[in-house]
Amino acid sequence: MWTRLANPGHFLRWSVALTPWLAGAAALTGALGLYLAWFVAPPDYQQGETVRIMFIHVPAAWLGVFFYGSMVLSAIGTLVWRHPLADVAQRAAAPIGAAFTLICLVTGALWGKPMWGTYWVWDARLTSMLVLFLIYCGIIALWRTVEEPNRAARTVAILTLVGAVNLPIIKFSVNWWSTLHQPASILRMGGPTIDPTMLYPLIVMIVAGTLTGIALHLYAMRTEILRRRVRTLTIREAERLDPGASVMVAYPAGPSA
Amino acid sequence: MDLGTHGGFILGAYGFTVLTLALLIGNAVRDRRAQERALAAFRDGEHR
Repeated sequence: MWTRLANPGHFLRWSVALTPWLAGAAALTGALGLYLAWFVAPPDYQQGETVRIMFIHVPAAWLGVFFYGSMVLSAIGTLVWRHPLADVAQRAAAPIGAAFTLICLVTGALWGKPMWGTYWVWDARLTSMLVLFLIYCGIIALWRTVEEPNRAARTVAILTLVGAVNLPIIKFSVNWWSTLHQPASILRMGGPTIDPTMLYPLIVMIVAGTLTGIALHLYAMRTEILRRRVRTLTIREAERLDPGASVMVAYPAGPSA
Repeated sequence: MDLGTHGGFILGAYGFTVLTLALLIGNAVRDRRAQERALAAFRDGEHR
């Protein structure tokens, strides 16, 4: 089944049908999540109203890590099976993951100033999230630098796998080192430590963010497939006009990851 | 709703999130249209 779904032709068909449903579900859960976060969840006894930043900060952090995880799987798909859709998926995921990581960093800083008295500390969790953002930026820059797409895919896949070492550091940094950032409060042994009045709105926001991210990813993957078609047609056209010349076309027609 | 003395931080965080998501979605739509225009140009070239 996976082989069939991952066939680029099949992918275009099922993703076109699925994306509007995902986007609709994301909008509905997002609206519900925002209602719960703003009008149902009470102010925290220590943080007061500032706790409402957590309802966007935590989902953004999850999505920054989630998309990097999906890029690691895609990188394996590129290097081991050389699957064309794996490279497409990786390339489409990078800007989305980078955007959510940036949201996490900025909302964390805006929470930190009133709560910790500073926008930034070189705490292990904060620093490892900053490193994740820099890795995303490096991957996007590398794609723009290497012109030949297959070579770019392999190079980026290797960089992505090297960067994967940062994922367990992000997750366990709060356990391994003494950090200002609080320890895990949702995914932990013994269950969540957050009160249900705040936990459920947070889970709804995480689901909404994940649906939004996946819908955007499918949309960007289809755009990437179109970009590759344009590239192939551009090369064919150039060869038709000048049969003797070797053609090197990177990614024509508009911006890319 | 009274956001207290930290209202600016809370609204700033939500505002930045909305702006970033709008830019992300806007860029995705712009990129898609550019590719579709390029493909349409090739199709027009074939029919000529």
